[in-house]
Amino acid sequence: MHPILTQLRRLLFYLLGWAPLAGMLTYLLAVPGGLTWLQATTVSIILCLLYAFVCLAAWYPCLATPLEKASLPRFFSTHIIGAILASGLWVLVARILGRMLANVEGFYGLSYRLSQDFPLLFGTGVLLYLLAVGFHYVLLSVEASRDAEARVMQASVLARDAELRALKAQVNPHFLFNSLNSISALTTSDAPKAREMCVLLGDFLRRTLGLGEKSAIALDEEMSLVHAFLAVEKIRYGARLQMEESVDREALQAQVPPLLLQPLVENAVVHGVANLVDGGWIKLEAARRDGQLSIVVENLFDPEAPPRRRSGVGLANVRQRLHARYGEQATFRTSAEGSCFRVAISLPVEIQEHAS
Amino acid sequence: MNTTSGNIRVMIVDDEDLARQVIREFLSSHPELELVCECANGFQAVKNAADLNPDLIFLDIQMPKLDGFEVLELIGPNRSVIFVTAYDTFAIKAFEVHAIDYLLKPISAARFESALERAKERLSGKLPSAPLPVADLALAARPPAQYLDRIPVRDGSSVFIIPVGKLDYAEAQDDYVALVSEGKKHLKQQTISSLETALDPSRFLRVHRSYIVNLERVVKIEPYGKDTYVAVLSGGVQLPVSRAGHARLRAFLDR
Repeated sequence: MHPILTQLRRLLFYLLGWAPLAGMLTYLLAVPGGLTWLQATTVSIILCLLYAFVCLAAWYPCLATPLEKASLPRFFSTHIIGAILASGLWVLVARILGRMLANVEGFYGLSYRLSQDFPLLFGTGVLLYLLAVGFHYVLLSVEASRDAEARVMQASVLARDAELRALKAQVNPHFLFNSLNSISALTTSDAPKAREMCVLLGDFLRRTLGLGEKSAIALDEEMSLVHAFLAVEKIRYGARLQMEESVDREALQAQVPPLLLQPLVENAVVHGVANLVDGGWIKLEAARRDGQLSIVVENLFDPEAPPRRRSGVGLANVRQRLHARYGEQATFRTSAEGSCFRVAISLPVEIQEHAS
Repeated sequence: MNTTSGNIRVMIVDDEDLARQVIREFLSSHPELELVCECANGFQAVKNAADLNPDLIFLDIQMPKLDGFEVLELIGPNRSVIFVTAYDTFAIKAFEVHAIDYLLKPISAARFESALERAKERLSGKLPSAPLPVADLALAARPPAQYLDRIPVRDGSSVFIIPVGKLDYAEAQDDYVALVSEGKKHLKQQTISSLETALDPSRFLRVHRSYIVNLERVVKIEPYGKDTYVAVLSGGVQLPVSRAGHARLRAFLDR
C-alpha cells in the first residue's frame, strides 16, 4: 500500500502541496497559453487533481528501482519512460476535458486553444512527474531510516531485557567463594556456626533465585534479602561490619525492582568495610515523601584504598535499571565526602493492590 | 633463608580471620612449617616481612591499605609467595610476579598440599625462581595495560602511597628511582624504564634518559646549550631535556 494513501491526513497534505503547482499551471495556461483566467483556473485545478494521483504511481517504479542498487541506464530509462507515459496520459485527459467543456458557456473554443498548449502541457507533465519521482525517493529514504531506527530501538530493548534477566539471576560469585571459605574454616573450629552460616547462605540464595521472574517486589522483601546477605557477611567480617538501619513502616509496602538495595549494600561492604582495617559502618535509610520513595545508603570508606576491579559496576547497573524503568521520575546520585560514601535514590511509590 | 632448625618460617596475610584460620589449620599438620606471623592488612605485612623475613608468605590479594601485589612489590620480588584469593582473574598477574602458586578460595586440602610441595622445591633450590616461560606467555596475553594510579613506596618498615597525580617527576638513580612528590623524595627499587611503561603516557613523559616528568607540572621549555633544553616545572625545578625528549615533548604539545 502506498504510504500517502494509508492516512487521510497525509493525503490532504500531499494534495495541499499540489496547490502551488496548480497555481503555476494556471499562470502558464493563461499568460503564454492564451486561455482566459477562468478557463485556465478550471482546467488546471481539474488536471492537477488528476495528475496528483497519477504521480502517486511513481512510488512503484521508485520501489522497484532503488537508488543504491539500480544501474544508471536502468534508472534513467525507467523514470523517463514513466514520465512520458504519465504526461502523455495527462495530455490525453486534457484533450477529452477540452472537448467536454467546449459546449459550456465561457469555454467556447477551449478545445482548439488548449490543443495549441499541448506541447507546454506535455513538458510540464514530464517535469511534474520527475519531481514526483524525486519526492518518492525522499519518502523511501525516510521510511528506510525510520525502519532502521525502530530496529535499533527494538534491539536495545531486547538487549536490556536480557541483561536484566541475567542480572536478576546473578549473585556475585566471589561473595559465594569467600563465604564457602569461611564455612570451611568454621567446620573444625565452630561446627554449629558453620551450620548456621550454611543455613543463612542457603536462605539468601533461595531468596535471590525466586526474584528472576518478578518485575517488582515490596521493599519489605528486598530488606529481607539485604538482611540475609548481611547475616552472611557479618560472620565473615565479624565486628568489622556494623549496620544501622532506619526504615519507615509505610515505606515497606512500596514496590521496588528486585535487587535494588542488595547491590548497593554489597557495594558498601566490598568497597567500604572490606577496605578498612578496623571495619566501618553502613547506614540504610528509607522513607516515603510526597509520593516518592527515598532510599539512602551511606558507608565509611578509605579514599586511599587500593583500586578494586569491577568498581562501580553494581552501582551502574542499579542506575541503568532505575532509568530504564522510571525514566525521569527516578533519580540516582552518588557522592563522596571525606571518608563517607553516599548513594541516594528516589523513585515513585507504587503499591501493589493484590498479593501476587 | 631457612633458619638453623631447618623449619620453613611462614607468614599468613589475609584481612579475614576465618580465611587465616583455614590456612593455619592446614599448616598445623606440617611440623616442619613454623607460623611466625599473621597479618590482617598490607601495611602490617610489609612491616613484618621486613622485620621477620619469613621464608614463605600466603598472601591474600584484596585487602585494606595495600593489595597483595603492592605488598609483594614493596617487600621485594624475590620472596616466595603463594597467592590466596577468591578471584581467578588475577592468576595471570600472579605468575607474572613469579608466585609459587595461586590458591582459590575455598581452598582444597589437596591443592594446598601441592602448592606447599612446589614451595619446598623452590626453597630448596630445585625449582628455579627465575622467570618461567609462562610469565612471558602471560605478559603477551595480558589485556591492554591499565596504568598505575598510585605508587606504593617503602621507607624501612613504613609505607607511603603516592597518587600519580601528586608525582611531580621521577629521576633515575642507579638501581633506584627517586619519586618527587609534594617536595619530598621517595626512593624505590625500580628501573626508570619499567616505571615509564607503567605510567599513563598521556600524563607522563620521558624527557631524558634519567627523567620522567608529570606533564601537568611543566610550565615552559627553555633552550640550554646546543641541542639541549630544560623543562621548568611549576615549583621552579629545572629538569634536563634531551634532544629525543624535546622532540617527544614538542609532539605532545603540538597535539
